[in-house]
Amino acid sequence: MEFTEKHVMGLKDLLYRMADDLLILGHRNSEWTGLGPILEEDIAFSSMAQDKIGQSLALYEILHEIGESEPDTVAFTRNAEQFHSCHLVELPIGEYDFSLVRHFYFDHQSALRMDMLAETVVEPLQMVARKFRGEVKYHTMHADSWLKTLANGTEEAKIRMQQAINETFPYALGMFELSDYEADLIEAGIFPGEAALQEAWYRVISEKLNAFGYSVPEINNSIPSTGGRKGHHTEHLQPLLDEMTEVFSIDPSADW
Amino acid sequence: MYGNAYIENNGQENKLTANEDPQKLAAFEARIAAGDKIEPHDWMPAEYRKQLIRMIEQHAHSEIIGSLPEGTWITRAPGFRRKLALMAKVQDEVGHAQLLYSAAETLGKSREDMINDLINGKSKYSNVFNYPAVTWADSAVIAWLIDAGAIVNQLANSKGSYGPYVRALDRICAEESFHLKYGHDNVVFLATGTPKQREMVQDALNRWWEPIMHFFGPSDKMSVHTEVLMRWKVKMGTNDEMRQTFLDMYVPKIWDLGLTLPDTELKKNEETGKWEYTEPNWDVFKQVINGNGPCNKERLAVRRMAEEKGRWVRRALLQKDAQYVAPLS
Repeated sequence: MEFTEKHVMGLKDLLYRMADDLLILGHRNSEWTGLGPILEEDIAFSSMAQDKIGQSLALYEILHEIGESEPDTVAFTRNAEQFHSCHLVELPIGEYDFSLVRHFYFDHQSALRMDMLAETVVEPLQMVARKFRGEVKYHTMHADSWLKTLANGTEEAKIRMQQAINETFPYALGMFELSDYEADLIEAGIFPGEAALQEAWYRVISEKLNAFGYSVPEINNSIPSTGGRKGHHTEHLQPLLDEMTEVFSIDPSADW
Repeated sequence: MYGNAYIENNGQENKLTANEDPQKLAAFEARIAAGDKIEPHDWMPAEYRKQLIRMIEQHAHSEIIGSLPEGTWITRAPGFRRKLALMAKVQDEVGHAQLLYSAAETLGKSREDMINDLINGKSKYSNVFNYPAVTWADSAVIAWLIDAGAIVNQLANSKGSYGPYVRALDRICAEESFHLKYGHDNVVFLATGTPKQREMVQDALNRWWEPIMHFFGPSDKMSVHTEVLMRWKVKMGTNDEMRQTFLDMYVPKIWDLGLTLPDTELKKNEETGKWEYTEPNWDVFKQVINGNGPCNKERLAVRRMAEEKGRWVRRALLQKDAQYVAPLS
């Protein structure tokens, strides 16, 4: 079918949410470099951070092909209000329990989103989604194995993890904040929609958490932390961006 | 990244081997002279084991502490290309620490004990990481020249006698050569960029020159007698030899970029083939080694904080019936 202007706007909105989420979470994950609880985890978080930032770059490149600025300009010169990332990815790395749970929630979302987009009618997006699926598979495996291990470790670890699972949940729901173009994306076969994704995600994480021995947060009792997709962010995003763009903004026209 | 080891002077050479069985010692030395590698279960003099543990452990600590000054620039790297490359580079350094702790563990000291000695200040790491990386250009200079110095040192050590260390170094050197390319490319962009970029890189080079000269350790005139360690192929070259190799390889490259070095005496004596330079201030070097450098306290505090924050995770990983097993070499 022929894309209308609304379809294109919907597609751009979708690409920006995904790319911004991946850039910001990749940036956060990289903050564990040198500081992980064991060296092997420094290395694992760095690998995942590199995958995520590499994925965000590929998505910004698709955006560039459909008329947006170059990836470096888009990533390194926008203000917080111009970002479409969800609140979950902006939060500081905190303790390892939080970082692991964020990783678990985010990557199961990411894996399912890539599965859906592997069938999208937008060919370049279909290609990258199929490629990313292979990478995200290892991220979800990593998250699952840690959640499982810590559930069977000390009592302290299990309590910490359950608390992080509960406290992070409303932020995780913010990943699925509806787009203004939800119906258009579905109609054009671009993306089955955030609501469908959330449903699939909740099914998967509930199954996993139950199997590991955690209790699953009630979806109906939670107020999602939304606004990020529309440019309303937590107080953590702008300082992150200030840091990220510190060198680039010395001279944005210079070759670094 | 790692400079020359700070070998401890244990007194007279004959004391180092005084309690060893002369026959075993002779056979051991003959194997090394023949180019054999010593493996974890082979007989070795106590002093050989002790010095190797010290050296590999210092090297491993240098890798994780070294990831801190560079790591602070990952979140500020300008543009995707640099950001991705720096993440991969610093990740490699942490990977080197992991490899090296495993190599040291084959000699009988556990990773936990080594890390505890690091955060208690009992064991050392390369002095160069006690200086701050003030601007982005500092991170570029570190990636180029400190990694270059490390390669000079590690290539020499990779011809050493202890099998697990040598094998770890082979892998490390291959990765370091990519870091060097990354660092060089980064410095080239700055040196050939805008006036501001050029100024940044020249300032960084001025700041880092003395730490780079210190990197290879005190001048041979002042360092301790290491003949037996050279014979055992624990130490593979003197500090001055390493420094000369480095100067010979990199000073011309620095000058080619139109950058200057803050030592008016620096030149190659064509007759002797040796570089002449102003002796760096070794009192400063000793001050920094003894904990009074600009960042010693901060580096150890960060490492200690990471250890403390991660303790609950490590505790949860321990199985009640697990037994400590040294890794395979």
